[in-house]
Amino acid sequence: MQFFGGSAAAEMTPSPAAPPGTATGLAGNNANMLYIFNRNGVCLLYREWHRPLHTLDAQEDQKLMFGLLFSLRSFTAKMDPTSVDKGNLGVPLLPGQGCSFYSFRTNTYKLSFMESPSGIKLILVTHPKTGDLRDALRYMYNLYVEYVVKNPLYVPGSPIKGQQAELQGSSRFERVEGSGQQVHKLPILDSNPIQGKTNSG
Amino acid sequence: MAPVVPRSGDAVFANVERVNAELFTLTYGAIVRQLLTDLEEVEEVNKQLDQMGYNIGVRLIDEFLAKSNISRCVDFKETAEVIAKVGFKMFLGVTATVTNWDVEGTTCSLVLEDNPLVEFVELPDTCQGLYYCNILSGVVRGALEMVSMKTEVSWVRDMLHGDDAYELRVKLIKQVPEEYPYKDDE
Repeated sequence: MQFFGGSAAAEMTPSPAAPPGTATGLAGNNANMLYIFNRNGVCLLYREWHRPLHTLDAQEDQKLMFGLLFSLRSFTAKMDPTSVDKGNLGVPLLPGQGCSFYSFRTNTYKLSFMESPSGIKLILVTHPKTGDLRDALRYMYNLYVEYVVKNPLYVPGSPIKGQQAELQGSSRFERVEGSGQQVHKLPILDSNPIQGKTNSG
Repeated sequence: MAPVVPRSGDAVFANVERVNAELFTLTYGAIVRQLLTDLEEVEEVNKQLDQMGYNIGVRLIDEFLAKSNISRCVDFKETAEVIAKVGFKMFLGVTATVTNWDVEGTTCSLVLEDNPLVEFVELPDTCQGLYYCNILSGVVRGALEMVSMKTEVSWVRDMLHGDDAYELRVKLIKQVPEEYPYKDDE
């Protein structure tokens, strides 16, 4: 911000007030939305905790989000100043080719992104003051492996269904988001899966 | 800041949940035996084992990536090394060696000296065409497909057929580039 005339500029675009019960730093949840996509652009899981504005239907919204990430990754790889080997913009990247981005931040939200080499994309939209969520996303990927991939009834590539998964998954995810620093101390087996849900308000 | 890529799967192997090796071997034996009874044709059993392996591989890859903390491999050579040193160690408790590269660097052999699947196994005369460990080739094929590598995997040497080791030939057919999955008119 200092390039544009001092730090006052930062104050001119204040962050939105945190929604009730989502104060940063306190126990609770400051996540807005979570998306999980697979390589084919199928939205495996979508959850929202705080999202007052809906302009598109869910399917359009998910498609748009996937498209944004796809293009942004292609774009960031193209811009990479450290690498000589670049494809043309828009030309599909081979796996392992090019760099990727971790997050971007606007004045109203922060989007954190992780993609596994197998093409699973985890997207978390949170309050803009949230810190680095890469560890949290890795942890969520582990949860996905443990509770989704290893579930014999789950058909790979289909959306994640089931009340059990919803409850357990969401409460664990909420805890992860609420306390980014402590993700590795979380118990794997949650004795009271609904607790996180009631906290979120 | 790339995560440190482990060069062996020992650390992961030490941390994951394991089952008794004999239980594992006998269970696998029972599956093959049942398939032979059900399908009757040895050829069909080979196919079925490969398909089962493929289905396993498709899921296994995510567990592998999550637990081993491996990021993208630069090329197929690195991929083969990682499968042999980390992958086999993590899930089978043995390591393989990578040899016999062809000039283009697209075909290689994974050689297993030791194979926990074949403990106590002898092939009767009626089953000489059976690739007992065909499930492994399916696993490798399925897992690689999920990281955008189309491969062909076949057995070259098999101790149960009297060879001195297990040799799995892995051929990279093509690397599938990432594509935008939606059509414009959708």
